[in-house]
Amino acid sequence: MSDFGDALVASAGLLTGLNPDLLEIIRLSLFVTLTAVCIATIIGIPLGGLLAVKRFPGRGFVVLVIDTFMGLPPVVVGLIVYLWLSRSGPLGVLGLLYTPTAMIIAQCLLVTPIIAALSRQVIADAHGQYDEQLRSLGAARWQRIATLLWETRTSLLVTVLAGFGRANAEVGAVMIVGGNINHVTRVMTTSVAYETSRGNLTQALALGIVLILIAMLLTLLLHQLRRLNVEPG
Amino acid sequence: MMQHPPDSLFPLAVSGLDFSVGGEQLLSGLSFELEGKGCTAILGPNGSGKTLLLRLCHGMLTPTAGSVRWGEATPVQALPSQAMVFQLPAMLNRSVRANIDYALRLRRIPRDERQRLVQEAVELCGLTEVVGRNARVLSGGERQKLAIARAWVTRPRALLMDEPTSELDPLATREIESMIQRVVAQGVRVILATHDMNQVRHLADDVLFLEYGRLRAHLPIRDFLNYQGDDTMRDFVAHPTRSGAIS
Repeated sequence: MSDFGDALVASAGLLTGLNPDLLEIIRLSLFVTLTAVCIATIIGIPLGGLLAVKRFPGRGFVVLVIDTFMGLPPVVVGLIVYLWLSRSGPLGVLGLLYTPTAMIIAQCLLVTPIIAALSRQVIADAHGQYDEQLRSLGAARWQRIATLLWETRTSLLVTVLAGFGRANAEVGAVMIVGGNINHVTRVMTTSVAYETSRGNLTQALALGIVLILIAMLLTLLLHQLRRLNVEPG
Repeated sequence: MMQHPPDSLFPLAVSGLDFSVGGEQLLSGLSFELEGKGCTAILGPNGSGKTLLLRLCHGMLTPTAGSVRWGEATPVQALPSQAMVFQLPAMLNRSVRANIDYALRLRRIPRDERQRLVQEAVELCGLTEVVGRNARVLSGGERQKLAIARAWVTRPRALLMDEPTSELDPLATREIESMIQRVVAQGVRVILATHDMNQVRHLADDVLFLEYGRLRAHLPIRDFLNYQGDDTMRDFVAHPTRSGAIS
């Protein structure tokens, strides 16, 4: 218990002292996660919207695949990306393995199905609720789409935050494709795993605190967004 | 200013109208014509096809056979001149004012004119005190008033209303009925689906009576109220409360 207490005090010291190594890891983590979530949002929300409002052959299968991929095991995604990016893989020539780009790709594959599946449900509900009313008011197709996206903006942001939460907490896939190389691909989660295995609880705990703070911040944001959802606009 | 085809919107001509879903015939062979003034009540038991008929006239559904024509125009072509108030209107997650304004923005009305029109609609529909409130927190009566204001603000020549008071208490019902009378007095053609015989007595000039998806009768209100046959229609006239139970 005293080991834990000592480690906690030391980790607080690392954080308040703005330890450069620690800041570098936090910065890279946020860069990888935010980039992956941005790309996943750009792909996931339009894909979810398309699946919500359009009927086409094979739609049910696509929905099934995306819903299934929401629960993809990260290590499996890591393994697949590894096989594609390794020297003997189809994309090995790009030399992306063990780079932040590879980690972004892996996180995109994990997060895109989450954002697409959740936004499909959000937009489908809104479409059912509003579409006839909007057509009745004379809204053209693009006006209906714009209105649906605006009306569901809070819920869509919640789906993006859910994707961010998943990406931020991810360790297996980024460990496999990033390699946890110091000053190159070491992010918070892989660093926590690595430092714990070395017995360096101080840095592991400091990064753990940052991860928990980010999770708390996300939860706070979600609560605020839900409250804002019925404010006059 | 908003553009409307002039008097070409009338008559509303429904001819041989059929509508079926999954092989089940829900409306069958409806034919009637409505001229451009007054209030028509569509009456009939539940499942008789009142809402379907309104939605077909409004252009939200396509007939299986037959046609609906507003003058020479199809219902979709006539959308700028005819509006509908749904039984459970969908409210956008914004203020009362912004909900009304939305209908005008879709038609690219300049801002100054929009402000004036919104203000007129707010006053006509008695929404002055809640104009800044989010539409989703309004009471049932206020929501219906807003739905009517949002439909009326585009200055339609015809207003289709689907049981606008079915969820409301007597006080709110009277307020909505009074609004409908004001709208009719302004020359808007109202077609109203309802179960409420008192409402029919107060508001309607003529009645379309539907039963099992067929048009049983199209009568002036006086003839309808004096109907002496021995059937469901007579039951509606003679026992409005019991008829409500049947429906």
